[in-house]
Amino acid sequence: MCPIITAAKEHQAGATVLAHSAGTGSAFEIVAREDFSDVTFLIEFTHPQMARAARPGQFVIVLPHEHSERIPLTIADFDRDRGTVTLVIQAVGKTTQEMQKDCCVGARLFGVVGPMGVPSHIGSVGKVVCVGGGLGVAPVFPQARAFKESGAYVIGIVGFRSRDLVFWRDKFESVCDEFIICTNDGSVGIKGLVTDGIDSAIKKHDDIDEVIAIGPPIMMKCSAEATRPHKIRTTVSLNPIMVDGTGMCGGCRVIVDGKQKFACVDGPDFDGHKVDFDDLMNRLGRFTEEEKLAVRKWSEHCHQSEPLPHSTAEG
Amino acid sequence: MAKKTIRTIPQERTPIPVQDAAVRVENFDEVALGYNQENALNECARCLLCPEPACVKACPVCIDIPGFIEEISNGNFHAAYTILSDSNFLPAICGRVCPQEDQCEGVCPVGDTLEPVAIGRLERWLGDLAIQEGWAANPYKEPSDFKIGIIGSGPAGMACAADMAKAGCEVIVYEALHAPGGVLRYGIPEFRLPNHVIDAELSNLTKLGVRIECNTLVGRLFTIEQMREEMGFDAVFIGTGAGSPKFMEIPGESLNGVLSANELLTRCNLMGAGDFPATDTPLGLGRRVAVIGSGNTAMDALRVAKRLGAEKVYCVYRRTEAECPARLEELEHAQEEGIEFHWLTAPVEILDDGEGNIGAMRCVRMELGEPDDSGRRRPVPIDDSEYEFQTDMVVYAIGTNPNPIIGQTCKLTLNKWGYIETDETLATSMAGVYAGGDIVTGAATVILAMGAGRKAARSMKAYLGLRDNSAIYATAPDETINTLFGIDVEEKNFVRARLA
Ligand SMILES: Cc1cc2nc3c(=O)[nH]c(=O)nc-3n(C[C@H](O)[C@H](O)[C@H](O)COP(=O)(O)OP(=O)(O)OC[C@H]3O[C@@H](n4cnc5c(N)ncnc54)[C@H](O)[C@@H]3O)c2cc1C
Ligand SMILES: Cc1cc2nc3c(=O)[nH]c(=O)nc-3n(C[C@H](O)[C@H](O)[C@H](O)COP(=O)(O)OP(=O)(O)OC[C@H]3O[C@@H](n4cnc5c(N)ncnc54)[C@H](O)[C@@H]3O)c2cc1C
Ligand code: FES
Repeated sequence: MCPIITAAKEHQAGATVLAHSAGTGSAFEIVAREDFSDVTFLIEFTHPQMARAARPGQFVIVLPHEHSERIPLTIADFDRDRGTVTLVIQAVGKTTQEMQKDCCVGARLFGVVGPMGVPSHIGSVGKVVCVGGGLGVAPVFPQARAFKESGAYVIGIVGFRSRDLVFWRDKFESVCDEFIICTNDGSVGIKGLVTDGIDSAIKKHDDIDEVIAIGPPIMMKCSAEATRPHKIRTTVSLNPIMVDGTGMCGGCRVIVDGKQKFACVDGPDFDGHKVDFDDLMNRLGRFTEEEKLAVRKWSEHCHQSEPLPHSTAEG
Repeated sequence: MAKKTIRTIPQERTPIPVQDAAVRVENFDEVALGYNQENALNECARCLLCPEPACVKACPVCIDIPGFIEEISNGNFHAAYTILSDSNFLPAICGRVCPQEDQCEGVCPVGDTLEPVAIGRLERWLGDLAIQEGWAANPYKEPSDFKIGIIGSGPAGMACAADMAKAGCEVIVYEALHAPGGVLRYGIPEFRLPNHVIDAELSNLTKLGVRIECNTLVGRLFTIEQMREEMGFDAVFIGTGAGSPKFMEIPGESLNGVLSANELLTRCNLMGAGDFPATDTPLGLGRRVAVIGSGNTAMDALRVAKRLGAEKVYCVYRRTEAECPARLEELEHAQEEGIEFHWLTAPVEILDDGEGNIGAMRCVRMELGEPDDSGRRRPVPIDDSEYEFQTDMVVYAIGTNPNPIIGQTCKLTLNKWGYIETDETLATSMAGVYAGGDIVTGAATVILAMGAGRKAARSMKAYLGLRDNSAIYATAPDETINTLFGIDVEEKNFVRARLA
């Protein structure tokens, strides 16, 4: 049976009642899970209010269990009828690996807050290119769909390292008028990076109004460089380290057009031609040592014992 | 009993036991340990019970200070608590964090000749006793059918929630973070205000029937307009605080190791970063930590850094000790704990170590020039006085801006700095929507935020046509109340009647 990451713990009686949240009894319950590869997985949880409020480009902050870190994850999809929100997660460190292990159907997340961030601007553009690099395919999907629904001509470009990492191809394709898939090894689609896809799209269409690029910082940086000479507006979604996501700590500050911005409340979407990506990449390395330590301790722990570190808390 | 005079009262202010500085920098336990009953009775004996008490007027929520002190002296502790909690339902918190020297204790006539009565310590003692004994102010409530939404669970929101719940309304408090309390929770550290005290005083709110929903970012999950129009809230109070940290915008600010005091404190107080890797949130503490600023926030950041094991902790402030805005007690405690103070110093640049981390900080020495608008002498840089300050972590505690999300997501009128505009009743530009605390005034104090929450509650009651009990107590003779509403005034029942 899968360990339940339960919301309310019996100890700390006062705090429990108070810290526990929201709405219906089924809040934050995971109702679906899908594994795309050995590092990428999807979870869908119930939160009807959030499913109603969510807009493309927004994210949530998840606190998987009482003692975990608050981590930001983009809303990859939402279903207003079923009242659910979908996240696609890459297990890169302690918290996401722990989620990969524990977030199975029926489990509950301790806390999820959102939707956060300024929704993407889905203007009435004629032709738009939506680029997703690796995991970025998931967060760019709602935008592609919204553009499609608003009547735009949507060119989808997705990039993966190789064929076995590909996910959501059909889903993405269904909202695109044109679809380009790139892999580093050429095992599917064109051999190359998403920037090769962008170049070919620009060659073919001289009337692209906007490019949306989401993925690792280096991929967004290169995408912005690919469009800069053509002066095509390019929107990127920044992923700095966050804590609260409400504009209260300033940990998520990024430099855009030479000015400090808080990505959680001023973004996460910014003009890719104005973002200081080197600064972002440096700041993402802020806790490299601590992250290594956390992963090491976590994997040692996983080898040693089954029960979760916190599921059997005091009392 | 003969009337007390300044000569007959105990001359010495009853000292409060504190943890020794050398010991306490190694732990997060409370610094000031609090009075025991004997201490409290001794201190109460120092109160002259002035017939026209200045302290009550100087208290932002007008606690009947001589009233509760007299009851303590008479041994009626529960009655004393009832008086205290009538005006202030967070006494154990306020007794710990209020700047009493600028308020009640600042005007205490005993203080003209001796040290003033230690009102804050008495408040804390009584508040702690109530927690220990499980006393709660749980008045009779006439259900009123009104539904009230409160945004933000800081002191302003909680005070408003308590008053509206006492008025019989259904009250829901929405909090963006996963734990309630606002700055009390994420900002003020455990050694000044333990979490169990916050939990205990908050549980009095839940006992009143208030529902607290965390993980709810109002403005994004739903808007204030939706609360009023779709979700059935008859009135809304906004107490979202001024939590957004300011940076100086000097070169080098985005280097790793530069952060706001709010981030440092949130990581430690809310997320438990001090216990990393047993907890999951890291801090990355520097060996040498420089905190810029010298307010309460700076003191907390300094003292947290010290406790977490930083070898050197420096306070860097552009004015002098005389202008230091922190509570006196916090400054003294910080000094005892071995924090180094660099007055008349301001950073101008943060230098890179070549790997994206802090190498050092360039500072300039300052001197005090002509008084500025605030009446304080303006610090001006001394020419050619720049020098390198060795540090690996720079923490900004130079003030905050309003929390931005409400402003981004509704049509309320804001002032040019982004604070919510209100009239003197704390009504905003939207009917039925009130605001108070730091989001209206800018960063202030816990008790002022509470005062604002209570004031907004009074205005809300007027708006909803609910009578305010204190007004009735003040104006109507007892028997009228009894006959009109059939309640027992002695029981401190609360009278509510909806006007037709
Ligand atoms: C707006 C936004 C949207 C995001 N959307 C997604 C998403 O949809 N799917 C997904 O898998 N990941 C997403 N991320 C990144 C995700 O938050 C991090 O991968 C996660 O926090 C890593 O935590 P960890 O403990 O597993 O790994 P760690 O070992 O802590 O870190 C691994 C990497 O993640 C970065 N990181 C660490 N902590 C944080 C933090 N609190 N906030 C942001 N980055 C951090 C680090 O720089 C490091 O490079 C998003 C980030 C942001 C800011
Ligand atoms: C480190 C520090 C130390 C301090 N020390 C003292 C002291 O010793 N004595 C003293 O008197 N004062 C002190 N203060 C000041 C005092 O804490 C504040 O003035 C007071 O807390 C303000 O109360 P508030 O209710 O207005 O806002 P806050 O306490 O800031 O609470 C606002 C709450 O609203 C929440 N929120 C914000 N936006 C939203 C949204 N959109 N939806 C839902 N929730 C939202 C926030 O998460 C927060 O929990 C200190 C402040 C700091 C930062
Ligand atoms: S995450 Fe704290 S301000 Fe953005």
